[in-house]
Amino acid sequence: MTRTDVHIQVSDLTMAYGDFVIQRDLNFSIPRGAVFVIMGGSGCGKSTLMRHMIGLQRPARGKVLYGGESFWDAEPHRQAALMCRFGVLYQSGALWSSMTLAENVALPLGEYTSLDRRTIKEMASLKLALVGLAGFEEFYPSEISGGMRKRAGLARAMALDPEILFFDEPGAGLDPISSKLLDDLILELRQSLGTTIVMVTHELASIFAVATDSVFLDPETRTMIAQGDPKELLEHCDDPKVQRFLRRGNGSAR
Amino acid sequence: MQSEDQPSLAIETPRQGECRVKLSGSWCTGSALPAAKDELLAHLSSGTLSFESSGLRRWDSVLLNFLMKLFREAEARRLTVDASGLPAGVARLIALARAVPEKETRREGEQGAWLEQIGSSTLGFVRSGRDMLTFLGEAVTAASKLLTGRAKFRRCDLVLAIQECGAQALPIASLISFLVGLILAFVGAVQLEQFGASIYVADLVAIAMAREMAAIMTGIIMAGRTGAAFAAQLGTMTVNEEIDAMRTLGISPMEFLVLPRLLALSVMMPLLCVYADLVGILGGLVVGLGMLDLTLTQYMVQTQAALDLTNLAIGVVKALVFGVLVALAGCLRGMQCGRSASSVGQAATSAVVLGIVAIIVTDAVFAVVTNVLGI
Repeated sequence: MTRTDVHIQVSDLTMAYGDFVIQRDLNFSIPRGAVFVIMGGSGCGKSTLMRHMIGLQRPARGKVLYGGESFWDAEPHRQAALMCRFGVLYQSGALWSSMTLAENVALPLGEYTSLDRRTIKEMASLKLALVGLAGFEEFYPSEISGGMRKRAGLARAMALDPEILFFDEPGAGLDPISSKLLDDLILELRQSLGTTIVMVTHELASIFAVATDSVFLDPETRTMIAQGDPKELLEHCDDPKVQRFLRRGNGSAR
Repeated sequence: MQSEDQPSLAIETPRQGECRVKLSGSWCTGSALPAAKDELLAHLSSGTLSFESSGLRRWDSVLLNFLMKLFREAEARRLTVDASGLPAGVARLIALARAVPEKETRREGEQGAWLEQIGSSTLGFVRSGRDMLTFLGEAVTAASKLLTGRAKFRRCDLVLAIQECGAQALPIASLISFLVGLILAFVGAVQLEQFGASIYVADLVAIAMAREMAAIMTGIIMAGRTGAAFAAQLGTMTVNEEIDAMRTLGISPMEFLVLPRLLALSVMMPLLCVYADLVGILGGLVVGLGMLDLTLTQYMVQTQAALDLTNLAIGVVKALVFGVLVALAGCLRGMQCGRSASSVGQAATSAVVLGIVAIIVTDAVFAVVTNVLGI
């Protein structure tokens, strides 16, 4: 956190389904180039927070600012332009099942660039090679394993060279080794591309391995109760809930 | 004497204010529980409840369930329960089940007062109507983009959709319209033969098919076949977050998914309708030749005289409208689909129902309008 350049800022965000408030008064900012983890127990609204940040769900109150520009107050064409700048890896990969991997990666390229068809095809192959799926261009999502589907989803999320990558539970449903490889890949990409990464996860191993900053959502008080580098939180945070979470339930260990 | 495996319990009162339950036999699923259960509850009055289980051979959840009920009862009567006499596993499991107190906010199964129910269903109705209008508006916007050539979707999706709701629907459309033509001819023949006017069966079949039945029957076939398929396809994509992925990549699902399907069905429905006209008339012809002793020429000439372009055009226009309705119903329900597997099934069912209702209602409107216009 040496750079103070704020990339994403969430201010006074309240999320609700109808009258049912999920989280209220969320305030945090994400520096450019950070690996930011949204953590918390199951059902506390981590994924919902991500849906608010990527423009799929309108907040009940509050703002999400990208480089100072409020997403939800912007004109539709500005929203679309902002959305182009981030890539999202969904929990299940969310590849379009009627298209091959290459077509999945090529679709956003075809929509937003004026490249010719051959270059797009080469670019798609390149992105697939980056995530270790060279040679799988003509496969359909149903023909590959869950871990490969996630990596292909990552290739698609990176198709437009986004400034921000969002990950929804990248490790879910993967074995520890695949999960570790995905974490390494994420770090590698961040170092080479300088991407800001926002990740929803509750896997401690990957939280401590990759995160530089985090926010902890609590399902009972329905707001955030801690913020900062998870390694520092482990050392210095006094909140018993955060300690219990970060120490897998052994809250009294210190 | 009971067999050793039979679950049984005995109650002892070693001293005043203590009640000891002696469990023996196998307390397993499938064995009949001892009748002394109710008697036991009567014994529970005050003091301590303890257990003796040296005779207990095997046990599973049946015993746990029995003990849980007993504990709850004992608690209600303010007895002290001493679980030390139970096998260690049983005591641990019971402690586990009772570790977290029962959640206060258990989901209420009961419904509100009838006035509240009417209110909430009215609001729900208004909301779904608004959703439908929003969807219709978005579809119209997307379609106008199509006209100016700015809509983004893949050609091959359109071709695939055309194949799905065109060529592949031919067998079932043939069968149904042939049989409908046949049925119309039979019904007409029985009545018209009484007047010796059986030649007018040709008129009846031709006009009924061209004006009404071909469009309605293909509409209903397509609602069941293609509308449901559209809803299931888009519903699965919603469950799989594929639609979200499109939105975040700035690709409008309306243009990319709904438009090719809408276009395919509205192009293919009029064609299917004309085809159904022909096959239906063929069905009538079979009855005319086989049952009514008409000649082929007679039947054809009569059909030609009866059928004018107006009737045919009304049928084709209806088919176009029905196609649009079925496609919209299917896509609407697919896009509204929830996030579970069962909601995909609901979306498909609801798409068929909505499609058929829309077809019948619109057909009634057509009937009134054409009557007023005198065509």
